[in-house]
Amino acid sequence: MPLDWIWGLIGGLLIGTGGAVYLLINGRIMGASGIIGALVDGSASDSKWERLSFLAGVILLPILLLPFYGGAVDTHITDNIPVLVAAGLLVGVGTRLANGCTSGHGVCGMSRLSLRGFVATCCYILAGGVGVVIFRHLLGVI
Amino acid sequence: MGNSSPARLFFALVAGGLFGAGLFLSGMTDTAKVQGWLDVFGAWDPTLAFVMGGAMIPMAMAWLVARGRTRTALGTPLPPQPGTRIDRKLVIGSVLFGIGWGLAGLCPGPSIASLSYGGTGLYVFVAAMLTGMAVAPALRRRLDNPVAAE
Repeated sequence: MPLDWIWGLIGGLLIGTGGAVYLLINGRIMGASGIIGALVDGSASDSKWERLSFLAGVILLPILLLPFYGGAVDTHITDNIPVLVAAGLLVGVGTRLANGCTSGHGVCGMSRLSLRGFVATCCYILAGGVGVVIFRHLLGVI
Repeated sequence: MGNSSPARLFFALVAGGLFGAGLFLSGMTDTAKVQGWLDVFGAWDPTLAFVMGGAMIPMAMAWLVARGRTRTALGTPLPPQPGTRIDRKLVIGSVLFGIGWGLAGLCPGPSIASLSYGGTGLYVFVAAMLTGMAVAPALRRRLDNPVAAE
């Protein structure tokens, strides 16, 4: 468990450095839901290739790191299709309504002491916690 | 390529790479770790707090650097300060997102970072997420202007 914290911290520092590069060099605020969402709803227009390039980096680096983990990582993802569909729809709609997710509101918002970032982060962590209690401990579906 | 110069594309790739590597190394693409963080009444896993805390250190420094400047290293304008309004789109959206996040243990960043190794379940999640993102603008308009949407 202590190693998990250290890797969490190292990974976090890399995530924040990515956000710093995106802000100070590209002049953009790093939020995964915004980067993906604008491509999906067509609002990306002139920044399409920049967003695709960012996403290519997000996909490629884990592929490069995977061999050091023996080529496989257990993601413990559920095989319950209705749960995956419901969760995906909620995440997709919710992050676009709120205009941010854990990277946008959590990392980039809270680090600039944005009230919107704090409110959003409190809401999704509380809702997630209540959701896990209900769906895991009461209903037993996850 | 719109107004995206090769330099912008390169640094977007670098930023995305750092983001993806960070998500991978911190274990945030492991749904059990995320649900473990949210599962206060189960076997609670605090790793996510370290990830979030670690990520905020360089990001906070970047905001401080940005405060004294008007242009990026590539000479383009820095983005305007994001809005400050706390409205129902922010609260309702974040609550819906949180429920989905808890259900599957996935948020947008990690779902993309694990595309190469997440398997079939992940594709189902990502397809549903993209669908949700595609229908969100209509819902957003409804919340902005409930009467006109009738």
